[in-house]
Amino acid sequence: MEKIYERTKLIQADKVSGFCPGCMHSTIGKLIGEALEELGVLEKTFLITGIGCCGLHIDYVRCDNTTAAHGRACAVATGMKRSRPDSIYITYQGDGDLASIGLAETMHAANRGENITVIFVNNGIYGMTGGQMAPTTLVGMKATTAPKGRDPKEHGYPMHMCEILNQLTAPYYLERCSCNNPKNLMQTKRAIKKAIQNQIDGKGFSMVEIVTSCPTNWGMSAMDALDFLEDNMLKEFPLGVVRDRSKEE
Amino acid sequence: MARVLMKGTEAIAEAAVRSGLRFFAGYPITPQNEIPEYLARRLPEVGGHFVQGESEIASVNMVYGAGCAGERAMTSSASTGISLKSEGISYCAAARIPMVYVNVSRGGPGVGTIQPSQMDYLQATKASGNGGFRMRVFSPSTVQEAVDMTYKAFDYADQDRNPVLILSDGVVGTMMEPVELPPMRTDEELAAIRESKKAWAGIGHPFDVPRSWNQPGIWDTLKWEQQNKDNAALYESWVPEVETLDLEDAELVIAAYGISARIAKAAIKALRAEGYKVGMIRPKTVSPYPYAAYDEINYDTCKAVLDVEMAIPALHLWDVEKGVKDRCPIETCLRSGGIVIQKREIIAAAKKILG
Repeated sequence: MEKIYERTKLIQADKVSGFCPGCMHSTIGKLIGEALEELGVLEKTFLITGIGCCGLHIDYVRCDNTTAAHGRACAVATGMKRSRPDSIYITYQGDGDLASIGLAETMHAANRGENITVIFVNNGIYGMTGGQMAPTTLVGMKATTAPKGRDPKEHGYPMHMCEILNQLTAPYYLERCSCNNPKNLMQTKRAIKKAIQNQIDGKGFSMVEIVTSCPTNWGMSAMDALDFLEDNMLKEFPLGVVRDRSKEE
Repeated sequence: MARVLMKGTEAIAEAAVRSGLRFFAGYPITPQNEIPEYLARRLPEVGGHFVQGESEIASVNMVYGAGCAGERAMTSSASTGISLKSEGISYCAAARIPMVYVNVSRGGPGVGTIQPSQMDYLQATKASGNGGFRMRVFSPSTVQEAVDMTYKAFDYADQDRNPVLILSDGVVGTMMEPVELPPMRTDEELAAIRESKKAWAGIGHPFDVPRSWNQPGIWDTLKWEQQNKDNAALYESWVPEVETLDLEDAELVIAAYGISARIAKAAIKALRAEGYKVGMIRPKTVSPYPYAAYDEINYDTCKAVLDVEMAIPALHLWDVEKGVKDRCPIETCLRSGGIVIQKREIIAAAKKILG
C-alpha cells in the first residue's frame, strides 16, 4: 500500500506529546516540521525556544536547539544568524515571552530587520506558570493574577504585536493566523513556510503570530476553548497579513 | 614585534580580535565605551560582526547565541551594566557556551560613580549570576597584561566551554601604555577552532548524528545534578596564577590585585629603598584564587598582611583571610567610590604597621 502520510521528521519518532488536551503547540510543531521538510532545510535548522510551554518542544524535536533566557530568543537568534548566516534560525515563543519580558528584544530584532523567523504563539495567558495574566489577555478574561478579570483601568489593554511591529520600517513579513479549524491551520502552514522561505532568501525579519487556545488555564474543555477562541480571541486579534514586503517588490 | 601605544580598552579589543573574536555585542556605559567603538570599526575589517544591542541583557544574549553557534564571542560593560548581564552569563555557564566578557569596573553600588573602582570583586569571583557556577577571572595590572589575558581568555573559554571574565578597572581601561600585540590568528586557525566545536555548535545537523542540544536547564534533576558535579570537577581543575615578591624575609606582605597591586608595587619599591622588608602577593587570577601563595609567607618574620584595594567595605579581604588562616593579623588600606588609591597612603599604612 502506498504511504501517503507520515509524521514529520522534525519530531522524534518515539515521542508521545505531553502537551495538554486541546493545546495547539504540538500541531504547530508539526506544521513547522512539514514546512522545513518541504523547503529541504530541516537538517540545517536550529530552533530557539522561549521559556514557558513553548520550551517543551526541546524534548520532541530532532533538530539542533537551545532554550533562550526568558524573552531573549530574538537576541539569541541575532547572535546565531549573524555568525552562521547559512543556517536557519527559528524562534518559538509564547505571549509572555515575546510580548512581555522579551518585548525589547523582539522590537529591536524586528527593527534591525534580522534575517530570522519568529513563531509567536498567542493564547492570551501564561501557560506553564499556571494561568497568570499575559500582555495579550483579553479584557474581562480571568487570570490567576487578575482574579476579577482583566480591567483596563488597572491592567491596560491586550497588546497586538503584529500591529505594533508594523509601525517599524524594517520587518519584511507579519501575519496573524490560527489553528482552530482546518482552513486556518492550512493557512498557518503556508505562513510558516513563507516566513522560512523569506529567511532562505535573505529577506529579513518575518513573524507569524498564531492565535491559539489554552483549555487548561482558560478553565474550559478543549471544544469550548475552540468556541471561545473563535468568538472572542479572533475578534480581538483579527487574522490576516499585516505586512508583506514581497507584495511591494 | 614592535610596541605600540594603546589605550587599555582598545588594546583589549584588538587582542580579542587577534585571538579570533568575530562577534561582539555591547551597550554603551562609561568607562568602557572604547571597546564597542573600536570593535564597530575593527570587526567588519576581519569579516566579523558588531551589534550595538538594545540593552546589556540583549547584548549578552546575542553573545550566548553567537557562542552557541561556535563563534568566538565577547561582550563588555562596567559594573552596573555587568549586573544586567548576569542573566546571560549564568545561562552560558549552564549551557556550557564559551564566551568572554570584560568588566571595566567603576564605583558602586548602584550606578555609583564612573571613576575606577574594585567594588565588583565578590560579584566577579563568587556569584556572577544565579546558580553557583564559577569562572576563570583574570585581573590585569597593566595594559600589556590586559592584552595577554584577553588573548588567552578565548582559549580558556573554548577549552572549558565556560564564560571567562577579564576584571579590569577604570584605570587600566583608560590609560595608555606601550604594548606588544600578539599575532593575529589566521583564517586557517579560526577554521580549525570552528571545526573543533562542530559536535555541539548550533548550526543544524544531519539527523544521522546526535543533535546539538545546548540547554541552560533540563527537567531531569539527576542529570542536572550530574552536570553540576561535572562542572564542579572542572572548576577544581583550574590552576590559579599569581605573582609573589620577596615573601622569604618580609615583615609585611601586601595583598592586592589589578590596579591596586600596581600602585602597591610602587609603594613597596619606595619602602624597600628605605629598608622596610615588604613583600607582595598579587593574584593574576582572582578566580581561581591563589590561596596557596599565602603558605609561602614566613610567618616567623611577618607581622601582618596588608590588604590594599579600592573597595569599602573590603571585599578582596574575604579571600585574603581564607589564605592567611589566622597565621598573622590582617590590616587594610582602602579607598572607594571611584577614588584611586595613592602610593603615599599605602606607604603610610605600611609604616604604621612596621613602626
